[in-house]
Amino acid sequence: MKLRPPTGRRLTNLTVSIWAGASALLGIFILFWILYVVLVRGLGALNLEFFTHLPTPPGMGGGGLANAIVGTLFLTAAATLIAVPLGLMAGIYLAEFSEDSRAGDYSRFSANVLMGMPSIIVGVFAYALVVVPLGHFSGYAGALALSILMLPVITRTTEDMLRLVPNTLRESALALGAPRWKVTLAIVFRAAKGGLITGILLAVARVSGETAPLLFTALNSPYWFGSLGEPTPNLTVTIFNYAMSPYPDWQQKAWGASLLITFGVLILTVLARFLLREKKV
Amino acid sequence: MTPALRVVNGRKIKPSARGDRTFRWLTFFCSLLVPLVMLAIGLELISSSWPAVKQFGLGFFFSQEWNPVLQEFGAASSIFGTLVSTLIAMVIAVPLSLAIALFLVELAPPKVSRTVGTLIELLAAVPSIIYGMWGLFVFAPFMAHYVQPFLGQTFGFLPLFQGPPIGIGMLTAGIILAFMVLPFISAISRDVFQLVPPVVKESAFGMGATTWEVTYKVTIPYGLVGIIGAVFLGLGRALGETMAVTFVIGNAHRIAASLFAPGNTIASTLANEFSEATEPLYVSSLVALGLVLYLITYLVQVVSQMMLRRMYRAWSVGL
Repeated sequence: MKLRPPTGRRLTNLTVSIWAGASALLGIFILFWILYVVLVRGLGALNLEFFTHLPTPPGMGGGGLANAIVGTLFLTAAATLIAVPLGLMAGIYLAEFSEDSRAGDYSRFSANVLMGMPSIIVGVFAYALVVVPLGHFSGYAGALALSILMLPVITRTTEDMLRLVPNTLRESALALGAPRWKVTLAIVFRAAKGGLITGILLAVARVSGETAPLLFTALNSPYWFGSLGEPTPNLTVTIFNYAMSPYPDWQQKAWGASLLITFGVLILTVLARFLLREKKV
Repeated sequence: MTPALRVVNGRKIKPSARGDRTFRWLTFFCSLLVPLVMLAIGLELISSSWPAVKQFGLGFFFSQEWNPVLQEFGAASSIFGTLVSTLIAMVIAVPLSLAIALFLVELAPPKVSRTVGTLIELLAAVPSIIYGMWGLFVFAPFMAHYVQPFLGQTFGFLPLFQGPPIGIGMLTAGIILAFMVLPFISAISRDVFQLVPPVVKESAFGMGATTWEVTYKVTIPYGLVGIIGAVFLGLGRALGETMAVTFVIGNAHRIAASLFAPGNTIASTLANEFSEATEPLYVSSLVALGLVLYLITYLVQVVSQMMLRRMYRAWSVGL
């Protein structure tokens, strides 16, 4: 049998290897390009006034986005308050009670599908559910939309994290006579604490950069945050409005807000990953 | 079997069956919430889009007309734009993501692989609107000055690359989408590559196959179901991505042959026009667009989940 010389095959292999390395480099390059641009353009906009003052009309100079910063914090907090308890409970059912249950299968499947649902669709849903009956835009609608986006993330990570807890721990607690709910909340939860916090952090990181579901729910407002019952100022919709405006000072504010959002989200994400890694080790 | 009353230290201890039953039902209802929300979104979209569907019928999907003043609405340009921008994104993102997965699993030393993997995953953490800011102010001018003139000169005989290089348009949106879905596809493909049993790969290496041959002839066929699942997951993301696209696509309600021309997608139309729509028929038409997007992404997600589930099940029995 005559062997084929390996030159051509080696060449193909080399080409593919270079292509693979170059692809990875391209991905990293894009990440740093974006971060660099956000950092350089954003830093110019940040000063004390940015964090403490209300926005000013275009061309006036000065002013800040303090109201939007506060509003974003409130919206995210409200969404977290709704989604965390519900998501944790749903995760408990899936991990602890859903053995061979059709409903569990379906719920898990829906959570995965809902995670990939475009966030703007969720915004339309919150609009129809809250804004239309109330007759005006409101922070509640925005918080609802964000909480719907968080729910499947928390549900699925809770399930995964609880499943990592060894069964012997549950059995020992049950053998001591503890009821199932106590075993779950006091023993299993404690063992999975790091993972659960990771899930919540990731969910918060995911929604705090969201814009699309807020566009026609929370809307935006140039005034101080009053209550979630009215249009609520927030950073992301402000970025959208300001970036699309023709005024350079507004566009610069948009970069400042972008810097806050980007690094806020990245820090949360990295923190979550760090917690998870510690747990794995 | 119900435990009887027990006496411990002279006190009667009631079996806690009731507490457990309540707990179980409570968690059960919470877990039902997710599919219920899913269903409620679909029903809401159907009922709110009904006026538009009744008014325009099937023609809604084929009409290019979009005129809020005359109350004439058609979805054709938005659907076209959604599909074209997604197609561009996938054509770019799939080979890149698979190459990255290959690099992470087969080529890079473990330490490099971990760092690079984390950085690629961080691409997924950057919010959509930041891609939009970068796309509009940095990447679109870059496209207009360097990439589009080059493409126009080289491939200008194709209608795809004709027209003024303004930076904003279908091609730029597609490329940015590609960067956004890349981390999703590459993360799952990496798992797929990693979970192929070493014995299978080593047998091929033992025959003298190169890394590329092992990947192409062993790893990819072996994990094909999972890779298809990963691609569909990315596809679903690209179809519904809103803010980044809204920033750079140009928002024109028309179908153009050239990829340099501005267009729109379902999601970008919703983002731009929903809060300004006042006429009931206008709102209803926008919701109808949303319904189309919901149905497409639902279908894509279901395919993706089925594929991934099949893969994980096959592995859990130790194939």
